[in-house]
Amino acid sequence: MSEGINLGETIVFWVCAGLATLGALGLVLSRKAVHSALWMALTMINLAILYVANSAPFLGMVQVIVYTGAVMMLFLFVLMVVGVDASDSLIETIKGQRAAGVLLGLALGVLMVWGIGSALAGVAPAGLERANEIDGGNVQGIARMIFTDYLVAFEATSALLITAAMGAMVLAHRERWAARPTQEQLSKARFLSGEHPGNKPSPGIYARHNAVDTPALLPDGTPSELSVPRPLRARGDVRPVDHADMTEIAEIEEVDAT
Amino acid sequence: MNPANYIVLSAVLFSIGAIGVLVRRNAIVVFMCVELMLNAANLAFVAFARMNGNLDGQVVAFFVMVVAAAEVVVGLAIIVQIFRTRRSASIDEPNLLKY
Repeated sequence: MSEGINLGETIVFWVCAGLATLGALGLVLSRKAVHSALWMALTMINLAILYVANSAPFLGMVQVIVYTGAVMMLFLFVLMVVGVDASDSLIETIKGQRAAGVLLGLALGVLMVWGIGSALAGVAPAGLERANEIDGGNVQGIARMIFTDYLVAFEATSALLITAAMGAMVLAHRERWAARPTQEQLSKARFLSGEHPGNKPSPGIYARHNAVDTPALLPDGTPSELSVPRPLRARGDVRPVDHADMTEIAEIEEVDAT
Repeated sequence: MNPANYIVLSAVLFSIGAIGVLVRRNAIVVFMCVELMLNAANLAFVAFARMNGNLDGQVVAFFVMVVAAAEVVVGLAIIVQIFRTRRSASIDEPNLLKY
C-alpha cells in the first residue's frame, strides 16, 4: 500500500459519511420540500469534505461553490416560486408503487454494496501523490488534463452551458398576448363586477389586538370574515374573538349611562 | 479503514436517491433526488481516481458537475413552466399524453 489511510481520515470519513447518509434520508423522508432542500445541502457539504479528504481539493471547492452555492439556491428559489406548501400527495396513482419502489431501491443498494464491497475488499489505493507531483499540484494537474486531453469535451461544455442558459430563458419567459389593462379599464371592471368596490375592513378594528390574524369586529360584536387574509383563514390560523372585550364594553357603557 | 468504503458510501447514497425518485411525487424533490444520485456517482469517480492513481476520475467528476448544473437550470425552468400552466408541482398531474 503506497498510501496508508491514517486515523484522522478514518474519523473524518465516518463522521461525514454518517452526516451525508442522514442528509440523504432526510431528503427522501421529509414531508415538506423546503426541509428536503436543506437536508440536501447538508449532504452536499459533507460530500465536499469527503472530496477534500480524497485528495481532490479542487473538486471540494467546486462542490461547495456550484452545488451548495448555486444549485441549492436555485432549488430554494424555485420552491419559493412554485409554492412552499406544495407537499406530496398521498394518493398512489399506480397501486403498490411506493412499496415496490422502496423494495427495488433497497435491492439495488444491497446488490451494489455487496458486489462492490466484495470486489474491492483487498484493493490497495495507488494514491494521487505521484499524479499530483507531475504538474506541481492537484489544481495544476486537473488544469493540464482539461486543456489537453479533454479539450474537446471542455469546449463542448461551454456550448452546453450557453444552450442551457438560453433554454432556461426561453422556457421561463412568458409572452404577454393582450395589452396591459389601463387604470380606467381596471376601475370600470371593478365596479361592473357588482362587488363592494372599496377596501376590505382592516384586521383588528374594534378588537383587542391589531395583528393580521385578529378579525375586525362588526358593530354587533360578530367577527368580520373579510378582514382576515384568505391564506390565514385557509390555514385555520385566525385568532379567536375574545368575547370578554364585549362584556367589558357593555359594562363601560352602563357606567356611562348612569 | 478500507478505501473501498468511499465506494460503498457512494452506492448507499445512490440507492437512497433512487428510492426517492421512485417514491416521492413532488417534481422538485424528485429532481433533488436525481441530483443526489449524480453526486453519489461523483464520489465514486473521485474515489476511483485515488485508487487508480491518476486524475482522469477527478476531471470526469468535474464535467459531471458542469453538466448537472446545466441540467438543473433547464429542469427547473420546465418545472416552473408546468406549474404556471397546471398550478401543480406533482409529477402525477401531467398525464395528457396518456389517453
